[in-house]
Amino acid sequence: MRFVDEFRDPKLAKTLIERLHQRAALLPFTAEKPMQIMEVCGGHTHAIFKFGLDKLLPPQLEFIHGPGCPVCVLPMGRIDACCEIAAHPGVIFCTFGDALRVPGKHGSLLQAREQGADVRVVYSPLDVLKLARENPASQVVFFALGFETTLPVTAVTLQQARHERLTNFSIFCQHISLMPTLRSLLSQEDVRIDAFLAPGHVSMVTGTAPYHFINKEFGKPLVISGFEPLDMLQSVLMLVEQVCEASCKTENQYRRVVPEEGNLLAQKAMREVFALAGSSEWRGLGVIEASGISLTPAYASFDAEQRFNPQTQPVADDPRSRCGEVLTGRCKPHECPLFGSGCTPHNAFGALMVSSEGACAAWYQYRHQETAVADNPQRQNVQQKVSQDE
Amino acid sequence: MSDRQQVVTMAHGSGGRAMQQMIEQMFLRAFDNPWLNEREDGARLSLAGLSARGDRLAFTTDSYVIDPIFFPGGNIGKLAVCGTANDLAVSGATPAYLSCGFILEEGLALDDLQKIVSAMAQTAKDAGIAIVTGDTKVVQRGAADKIFINTAGIGVIPTAVNWAAGTIKVGDKVIVSGTLGDHGAAILNLRENLGMELGVESDCAVLAPMIAPLRSLAGVHALRDATRGGVNAILHEFSAASGFGISIDETTLPVKPAVRGICELLGLEPINFANEGKIVAVVSAQAEEKVLSLLRNSPLGADAVTIGEVTLNPQVCLRGALGVSRQLMLPHTEPLPRIC
Ligand code: SF4
Repeated sequence: MRFVDEFRDPKLAKTLIERLHQRAALLPFTAEKPMQIMEVCGGHTHAIFKFGLDKLLPPQLEFIHGPGCPVCVLPMGRIDACCEIAAHPGVIFCTFGDALRVPGKHGSLLQAREQGADVRVVYSPLDVLKLARENPASQVVFFALGFETTLPVTAVTLQQARHERLTNFSIFCQHISLMPTLRSLLSQEDVRIDAFLAPGHVSMVTGTAPYHFINKEFGKPLVISGFEPLDMLQSVLMLVEQVCEASCKTENQYRRVVPEEGNLLAQKAMREVFALAGSSEWRGLGVIEASGISLTPAYASFDAEQRFNPQTQPVADDPRSRCGEVLTGRCKPHECPLFGSGCTPHNAFGALMVSSEGACAAWYQYRHQETAVADNPQRQNVQQKVSQDE
Repeated sequence: MSDRQQVVTMAHGSGGRAMQQMIEQMFLRAFDNPWLNEREDGARLSLAGLSARGDRLAFTTDSYVIDPIFFPGGNIGKLAVCGTANDLAVSGATPAYLSCGFILEEGLALDDLQKIVSAMAQTAKDAGIAIVTGDTKVVQRGAADKIFINTAGIGVIPTAVNWAAGTIKVGDKVIVSGTLGDHGAAILNLRENLGMELGVESDCAVLAPMIAPLRSLAGVHALRDATRGGVNAILHEFSAASGFGISIDETTLPVKPAVRGICELLGLEPINFANEGKIVAVVSAQAEEKVLSLLRNSPLGADAVTIGEVTLNPQVCLRGALGVSRQLMLPHTEPLPRIC
């Protein structure tokens, strides 16, 4: 398949991995204290596990999984607000598939649907507009979330809705901006991150300039990376080279998609529709200044929060859960006491386990049996079987 | 006749004249066979005829509730015949007789019903299967989604055939009969209005002719048709039933480029996508080449390949292009597309 297979070529990967091993040996890092590279984006986390990239790295390098999954950083209470809005008679509540199973305190949107709410999965907010046009008697609400990757599409959708003067369409806006999130992460005390793999899709919109503070203020190298295995291996090599050369800059590995200045049209649409407004609380990250995204006055009438006024629901997480620490790279998913027992993809406690982007779900899907194989009952059957055969 | 579209009405389920007419003009005409034409409450089937063909009956049932009811490569009727016939065929049986029960929603276009019934009749006829008894119910608008079909089937298993997951051994080869996920991708594209020009049709087909030659072969251990849950679900069933594991080589999985494309786009895996015309077979290493060549002799199995083997370690693992193995989990429910 063109544009995919060339970025998964095993021969090229081998060359890159060999080079990584050579160069990593020159780093001031060791297997005991490896260079910690945070992949911010859930898409990268997924690719790492899917292709087993972490297992191919030299021991001096380690991936840590960042907060870049928009579903994972949603506080539980916001899901409760969604369910509350969805339960209003006459509301059609639309969401991306990821958010459907995220548990709130009073259940997930999927459970709200089972209880009779009209909750629908969409692939694009533009589909929601269509629903609004086709159902003039209903209030159609879109659960808008995501970083700069999805912000422009929501903006364009709102522009369209305003242009058409739709009165039965609104959004529950839980968008989040990446840069304040990174800044807050780096400002936290015991977080140790040595370098960043920045998400290609977000950067496609923002361009490269907004990342410069990470080099200048925090002294961390950063490479904007594509999502294919070769992209990611090359990006890691670029980071290693930077450290070897004692340089610290923002580099763009994903040039085929990410222009230096980003997408100016998307930026314009975002500026027209959204404003960074005040601090906002995010799961695992605490309160982040200037991270809340709200609608500009011209679009305020499309704000579902104003229209339906759901209760604010501060929800304390289970004290044993370590979602926040996983999100900030302080611990690995399986180190959470709930992992695999109180929290599985079938019965998730935290969003990191629900969303396929989430670090815990990825770990569970791709790594779980490595840690759990010892107590697998099947294993005993096999051993019995083998001894019978013998 | 008026221009208004003729639709199923509550009268068609009343037991009265409207119903008799529909049964006669639509079902009896399409399915036409001596057992059905007797018009008794149950089909009367000759035991002698059955026992001449083998020593065990295979008996299965399945209900079809698919949305949309028409799709590239088939419709719900064709699916209802193929699905049940295939369940019989993978157990080693020759599918012989089918029953079918219709639940129709008031308002369903009679033209659509006619197309569905014709597809059922044609598919059954091509496969040498007789639809010998049936039932029709009509429910009020909203109480069902257009049409639900249940089919049950019986077939006969020849004495020599003993396929079962319990006979799987370490070192056996795992074979699929063709490309993965065609049905799932075609349906997803339509159902979710993705509007992609996939050029992929559902693989919906009766597999009995492809499977039949395998019955005389030693070393065929287990067969399943990979429907919902895809090949992944079957691998897990085999693993659970045998107590062994299965290791799959990802680079060998046959997937059409368009299906791969839709999967890449939505963050889904073709190994989890539904098929309606593919089998997974576990066979001894000695029988591997013979099975592959027999499958490839049939147009339904032209793309048959070995995708992996049975291992002692009771996990289902996937070895990727870069050489790293990972455990393949069974998704809890239908996987949902990712947002970014
Ligand atoms: S295992 Fe569950 S509770 Fe623990 S960190 Fe992961 S998502 Fe949170």
